[in-house]
Amino acid sequence: MATKASRSAARLMMAPAVILLLGWMLVPLVMTLWFSFRTYLPLRGGDQGFAGFDNYVRFVTSSAFWPAIGATLTIVLGALIITIVLGVLLALLLDQPMWGQGIVRILVIAPFFVMPTVSGLVWKNMFLDSVNGLFAQVARMFGATPVEWIIDQPFASLILIVSWQWLPFATLILLTAIQSLDREQLEAAEMDGATAWKRFWHIILPHLSRAITVVLLIETIFLLSIFAEIKMTTAGAFGTKTLTYLIYQRVLESQNIGLGSAGGVYAIILANIVAIFLMRIVGKNLDR
Amino acid sequence: MGKITLKSVRKSFGETHVIPGIDLDINDGEFVVFVGPSGCGKSTLLRLIAGLEDTSAGVIEIDGTDATALPPAKRGLAMVFQSYALYPHMTVRKNIAFPLKMAGLDQAEQDRRVTHAASILNLSSYLDRRPGQLSGGQRQRVAIGRAIVREPSAFLFDEPLSNLDAALRVSMRQEISELHQSLKTTMIYVTHDQVEAMTMADKIVVLNAGRIEQVGSPLDLYRSPANLFVAGFIGSPKMNFIAGAEAQRQGCATLGVRPEHIDIAPDGPWQGTVGLAEHLGSDTFLKVDAGALGTLTVRASGEVTLSHGDKIRLQPQPDKIHRFDTDGKALR
Ligand SMILES: Nc1ncnc2c1ncn2[C@@H]1O[C@H](COP(=O)(O)OP(=O)(O)OP(=O)(O)O)[C@@H](O)[C@H]1O
Ligand SMILES: [Mg+2]
Repeated sequence: MATKASRSAARLMMAPAVILLLGWMLVPLVMTLWFSFRTYLPLRGGDQGFAGFDNYVRFVTSSAFWPAIGATLTIVLGALIITIVLGVLLALLLDQPMWGQGIVRILVIAPFFVMPTVSGLVWKNMFLDSVNGLFAQVARMFGATPVEWIIDQPFASLILIVSWQWLPFATLILLTAIQSLDREQLEAAEMDGATAWKRFWHIILPHLSRAITVVLLIETIFLLSIFAEIKMTTAGAFGTKTLTYLIYQRVLESQNIGLGSAGGVYAIILANIVAIFLMRIVGKNLDR
Repeated sequence: MGKITLKSVRKSFGETHVIPGIDLDINDGEFVVFVGPSGCGKSTLLRLIAGLEDTSAGVIEIDGTDATALPPAKRGLAMVFQSYALYPHMTVRKNIAFPLKMAGLDQAEQDRRVTHAASILNLSSYLDRRPGQLSGGQRQRVAIGRAIVREPSAFLFDEPLSNLDAALRVSMRQEISELHQSLKTTMIYVTHDQVEAMTMADKIVVLNAGRIEQVGSPLDLYRSPANLFVAGFIGSPKMNFIAGAEAQRQGCATLGVRPEHIDIAPDGPWQGTVGLAEHLGSDTFLKVDAGALGTLTVRASGEVTLSHGDKIRLQPQPDKIHRFDTDGKALR
């Protein structure tokens, strides 16, 4: 596959796919950039010409901007901490030889296959609901007053739902990482007098560091753009308006496409900063 | 101190009885080598002694006290693994210091012992590297260093040289032997290489299918193997086995003669045709087709210039002939 002819043939044959992908990516990006510099109010006069950086300034100076950043970070960090800590524990557990291992592993992966909209609805109505929800029933069984989860603990609810969805992913990656650990290292550590906790801390956790950074990277990028879960539960109320949700509101509820597009551009920049930052960490980790 | 005693130790994995029952005494300061073919249970036996596997039955005593139920860390033994099992994210210094850190020694003492071990093993200039940046031989030395610093009552080695190339193997073999000379600690060494066993051991334990075939000094095993298995396993090239009429004439089921104990003599009783002749310089190994006796390997001096197709007569040295009965046991 190294002759000039075969290489150009390969390029030619790959071209349609590459062009399609590029178009798929570039058209929305260019449109977003274009609209972000225009005053575009579909229900109030349509496209009204260039706005310069007005939209950008308005987006960040709006009173909803910083709370939205705060909400985004709260949910992302909360879900990351929960999925990684529980993911490591679950992976350790699933790595133990036990009866029915295959079935348990499939069950653990299951939440990953549930669509975000569906899981948002299911959690809201079947678990968190203060009248019919499972949590409320349990609370009443113990004579406690059911918590109005969505209203009183909106962030806890959202983090719970999102973590539930992403825990399988973290567990799976961490489990394969644990399984790739050389058993003799653990045995050597055991002979060296390391207790189970010290073996975890000094051998298993450093071995997992690479997998943990990969989980961190991938989850962060996906968690920054969660939307369906919020739409299905709080619908942006009770302070849970994330950056993504704010953009959605600007475009569809306020019918201000220019402003929303400017927000979209901010989101792209933010995601790229995070990605570069994390790539660096991962790169450093992979070098070792 | 490092006296280890096994009393009818058994090990089964489910239905497979890997070690059906072993009794063995290992004295303080001895260099004991377990040899045997692949899968005969050498590693399993070593891991039983280390405490990494539980015995199915029997007693393991270390220095006279029952250690059968003790966890590995409490047995005072150190193990060097075939894969080295170094901790990849720690520097050489941290690797070697790890057991000391786990034992809660203070930093000064840790440094002192690490420096000492590093100087014994020529590792002083690599202390700040990670295992990934070392050669196979250096990694092996780090693994040994990690074992030394604990000042164990016995060292356990599981085929420590099998990942090294031939030249390095010879030099590491000598280094380990020298280490044993200077430390005078009990060492148990697993290998399937009979040359390693012969050159390093005070005492060789020949294992076959989880059973001890013979225990003895290298020369004991070489001079008077207890059975066909040991006779065939110890010595290189392998002992020649002759069955049939010639064996019957000498009153046994199988006759064994080592290649180095067959002379080429014009009036020898056995006749054959040279097949392959391997000229090693110092020696020449001849494969001789000796008709009814089968193919015999003969070791001749390096000066011999015989080649394919030459007819020769052979004379076995009469006092070096081994005779075995129908069960493979040596007749004495
Ligand atoms: N965990 C285990 N479960 C089941 N069988 C095992 C287990 N470990 C070892 N065995 C079996 O026990 C036998 C002895 O294994 P062992 O590793 O002790 O062999 P060995 O003599 O060290 O061989 P080698 O020279 O190839 O390392 C083998 O037949 C192996 O299949
Ligand atoms: Mg082995």
